[in-house]
Amino acid sequence: MSAKAYIVGAYEHPLRKAPNHSVAQLHAEVAKGALEDAGLTKDDIDGYFCSSDAPGLGPTSILDYMNLKVRHVDTTDIGGASYLTLVNHAVRAIAEGKCNVALITLAGRPRSEGQATGTSAKMRGEAVPDTQWEYPFGVANINGYAMCAMRHMYEFGTTPEQLAWIKVAASHHAQHNPNAMLRDLVTVEDVLASPMVADPLRRLDCCVISDGGGALIVAKPEIARSLKRPLVKVIGAGETVKHQSGGVIDLTYSGAAWAGAQAFAEAGVKPSDIQYASIYDSFTITVLIQLEDLGFCAKGEGGKFVADGGLISGVGKLAVNTDGGGLCNNHPANRGGMTKVIEAVRQLRGEAHPAVQVPNCTLALAQGTGGLLATRHGSATLIMERE
Amino acid sequence: MMMTIKERTIPVPVPSPETAAFWDAAKEGKFLLKWCTECEKPHWYPRTLCPFCFSSKTEWREASGRGTIYSYSVMRRAPEVFAVAYVTLEEGPTMLTNLKDCDFDALAIGQKVQLSFTATEGGAPVPMFVPV
Repeated sequence: MSAKAYIVGAYEHPLRKAPNHSVAQLHAEVAKGALEDAGLTKDDIDGYFCSSDAPGLGPTSILDYMNLKVRHVDTTDIGGASYLTLVNHAVRAIAEGKCNVALITLAGRPRSEGQATGTSAKMRGEAVPDTQWEYPFGVANINGYAMCAMRHMYEFGTTPEQLAWIKVAASHHAQHNPNAMLRDLVTVEDVLASPMVADPLRRLDCCVISDGGGALIVAKPEIARSLKRPLVKVIGAGETVKHQSGGVIDLTYSGAAWAGAQAFAEAGVKPSDIQYASIYDSFTITVLIQLEDLGFCAKGEGGKFVADGGLISGVGKLAVNTDGGGLCNNHPANRGGMTKVIEAVRQLRGEAHPAVQVPNCTLALAQGTGGLLATRHGSATLIMERE
Repeated sequence: MMMTIKERTIPVPVPSPETAAFWDAAKEGKFLLKWCTECEKPHWYPRTLCPFCFSSKTEWREASGRGTIYSYSVMRRAPEVFAVAYVTLEEGPTMLTNLKDCDFDALAIGQKVQLSFTATEGGAPVPMFVPV
């Protein structure tokens, strides 16, 4: 990658329920946390990147609230995957000299605000061209993802037990994370015994709903090298949107097939080189499909790949979501892309919990999916290397 | 077992200028597909510009209403249980819809289905499907 920049600061808000915080306050607290992590100050920031979880017109209200003066802004919204694209965009902006130190923030309070996130269809406005063709049919988050799971099971023989292993792995990791929302170990039997929500997905196939947020600081090489932190370089990135293609539909793969290919080509590495992967886990099926699409296993082999502890650090073939992921740890603002990058940075720095740390982790991948897997979703991939 | 539980209230589809003809036809029980006369492909959902070749030469044609279930999911955790589905039409496109008037526990991918318009509260009926 010619555009070189480093992730120098990363911070995940410790709260999972924040009834006494404002959303703007959460944005500012994670910004402060990431700056302290990097060893930088507020005045060092000259670029700001956010998505639609930031209240107000694009970046304007949060910049006003934090009293930041910047010379580059970017707001991109592809749902939960936005924060991976924002890292990518920050890297390019830094390479072009548009800014030197980029701040990216995410925050929200869906848990305190009592949002029924997954099971009710959202009215996104009558001008949205798909609303009249979809809203009447009640396609929500979970039943959309469930249709992908149903088709995957039909074509490849994937089983509910295999999906359950993804939650089991997340719980194995979350037990070591004191901030995780769900810290109890669960078994395949526990997942299968949880109530069916939308066939074939059960309650424990779903991610948590949490308040909080996170922030990242991306900086140009000269600044990164002046700081006292391990050097985490972004070496490859990809992004795309997969949708219904005019009615030519294949629910067995995601945009990760395209975004991942871009990122691997740019990084000049292959899936078998990756030592740790953060894989977006809104639901268990989200992980399985993306693992296949990224090339960690062949299409249709994801069930076997994740089964029997395949994703548990130190046990399986690939350590995935060692913070407990969205399934057990945190899914702030219903958008998991930020925490995906943060845990990858922890792994590359050697700062993950010792029980889940991948030994001498130098190459990591983060993968995000935003929106609805079935109908249309953003997808973004980042590949990062410790120098 | 036929589902005799309380039916879900179906939100009214709000037509746009480019889709009014579809919903007007739906009120008369006709199910229209948009075809491109340049590349001769039907698409879903209906647009003025063909999503395959961007030609503006698109026209409405009445469709058979026959299809097969591509995928589905029964929403169990809802006040009224319902089934969302993708149905592949005999003409080619796959569309998002609901399955109704059936045993939700007996649904299967590949099942043949037939169009059945379902009333909404005061608006045009929406295209749903019933297993045959």
